[in-house]
Amino acid sequence: MAVFLLRRLGHGILVLWLITLAVFGLFFVAPSNVAQTLAGRQATPETIALIKHRLGLDLPIWKQYLHFVENAVQGNLGYDYYHQVAVTTIIGQALPVTVSLALGASVLWLLLGVFNGVISAVHPRSLADRGLTLFALFFYSFPSFLLGLLLLYFLYFRLTLAGYTWFPAGGYSPFSQGPVTWLQHMVLPWLALALLLAATYTRLTRGSMLDVLGEDYIRTARSKGIRERRVIVRHGLRSALTPVVTQFGIDLGQLVGGVVVTETVFSLPGLGKTAVTAINQQDLPVIIGIVLFASAAVVVANILVDVVYAVLDPRVRLH
Amino acid sequence: MALLEVRDLRVSFDTPDGIVRAVRGLSFSVEPGRTLAVVGESGSGKSVATQTITGLTRGATITGSAYFEGTDLITADAATLRRLRGAEIAMIFQDPLSSLHPHYRIGWQIVEMIQAHDRQISKQAARRRAADLLTLVGIPRAAERLDDYPHQFSGGMRQRVMIAMAMALDPALLIADEPTTALDVTVQAQVLTVMRRLQEEFGTAIILITHDLGVVAEMADEVIVMYAGAAMEKAPRRDIFYRNHHPYTQGLLASLPAQNSLRLTPIPGTPPSLISLAEGCPFAARCPHVFDRCRVETPPLADVQGDPRHQSACWLNHDVTEAVAS
Repeated sequence: MAVFLLRRLGHGILVLWLITLAVFGLFFVAPSNVAQTLAGRQATPETIALIKHRLGLDLPIWKQYLHFVENAVQGNLGYDYYHQVAVTTIIGQALPVTVSLALGASVLWLLLGVFNGVISAVHPRSLADRGLTLFALFFYSFPSFLLGLLLLYFLYFRLTLAGYTWFPAGGYSPFSQGPVTWLQHMVLPWLALALLLAATYTRLTRGSMLDVLGEDYIRTARSKGIRERRVIVRHGLRSALTPVVTQFGIDLGQLVGGVVVTETVFSLPGLGKTAVTAINQQDLPVIIGIVLFASAAVVVANILVDVVYAVLDPRVRLH
Repeated sequence: MALLEVRDLRVSFDTPDGIVRAVRGLSFSVEPGRTLAVVGESGSGKSVATQTITGLTRGATITGSAYFEGTDLITADAATLRRLRGAEIAMIFQDPLSSLHPHYRIGWQIVEMIQAHDRQISKQAARRRAADLLTLVGIPRAAERLDDYPHQFSGGMRQRVMIAMAMALDPALLIADEPTTALDVTVQAQVLTVMRRLQEEFGTAIILITHDLGVVAEMADEVIVMYAGAAMEKAPRRDIFYRNHHPYTQGLLASLPAQNSLRLTPIPGTPPSLISLAEGCPFAARCPHVFDRCRVETPPLADVQGDPRHQSACWLNHDVTEAVAS
């Protein structure tokens, strides 16, 4: 187990290192005019050169890279070009927003997806099955920004016009400033994300559950005279959840790295939106910081999935 | 009085290809403490018939009756059947690896069965009972092995676990569906011995589904030979081997490997489709003694030479001809 974790962590660090190389390389291939932008239109070449020097942009790329790695190993991801704020601070501010979004939405889509999937699998080809499949595919085939805009239109705009100001137009209110306001700000983004992802989980649970319900041990469970509900949940769902857990870990890992479209539509200052802003401003330290953090989230999620897998299925041994 | 009395059981499935008549008018009875072997090829309806009377067949059209200790299992509601399953009618299946849940410890699985029917019993008491049962079926260090998962047992040991679980609540009837088919030959005899020992100890009646005539010779009191969803011959074990009547039974016996012969004698042809079964004897197309009547009229099951314990559904049976004529 310990050997397994160490090896996987080693792999993860290797992946992260390759990613820093790729991002650095890409950034310097593209034409950059950060110093020009900062200096303003009437700046003299001397001013621009001075700014370049201050930001370290006049050094050769490999020196800049070594400088970055040296700092990163010490937990310093640099400072953004425009306000000289530490990148770790920027990530620290955006992370709670993204985590609120990802965790809340994941609870919703898991509940929706697994529940619908089980119902569909227990009554295959029934009216409920067909209805839930239709429901799932309907939202699945929506572009995510459109779903967000529709939710805003109906549940914010029309509802507010009708005199019910239940949901704000967007933005974020920290949990520490009142859970109710926080909830009001999060419900629509959660829905936008969860309805989209629930479809995958409905189909995944349904398929996996149908397979499991055909297994011999389900027949054994029924032959033991235990209640059907227990057969479905304790014997059936228990096995059917394994692929769902795998998918969930991967999805959650990706979401924690930033949900670009949903955060943009609902003006949530999370990692996704911060990354988009940084890209528009060619703010390299912020871009690298967020990409690195997002990759780390995926790497950690994958390791966790493997560990959970071994806990769920005693036949799986980690080595 | 018989423990289980099945009368004219018919089970059919509506499939996209047509209606599959899996069981076509099967009648039999099981006496307390006795062993009835149901023999036949794959698809002869032996598993469907037994799973139907325990309410485990889904999406089927079922007629007939199956009285178990005064309750008709065919018309009983789901809750009644559930209370009987496990407690009064226990089952073991062919593949003990896939029949045990891979994610739960075997102790948990046995305790679950006990607690499903005995709500008073404490978990500790149920675990003690589970350990006793494992000892009873010959699993060493039973108390420790309760915490093992099914994949940590060998095939024969897993089937012993299944037997222990099935016997946990001292059922009146044990349905064993091909219990030794998936096991090594050397292990088969051990598992059969365990079953027979427990049967003597608990007085359990057994319905033994098998296609292995060696197992029949070892275990059975009475035998039903099934073909295409119906009984071809019913007889006490000795009669099946030494005074058999039906050509299908004879074909089955002839296809056994014999010590003084190097060749196997298979039954030519394949079983008929259960979707489009024509009138006449279902075995007619493969029968070496077939004559005109076999192809137009289905022979009923009737006594052989006036012996009510030995019946054969064949036009060569004089009693059949007489019964139909009168």
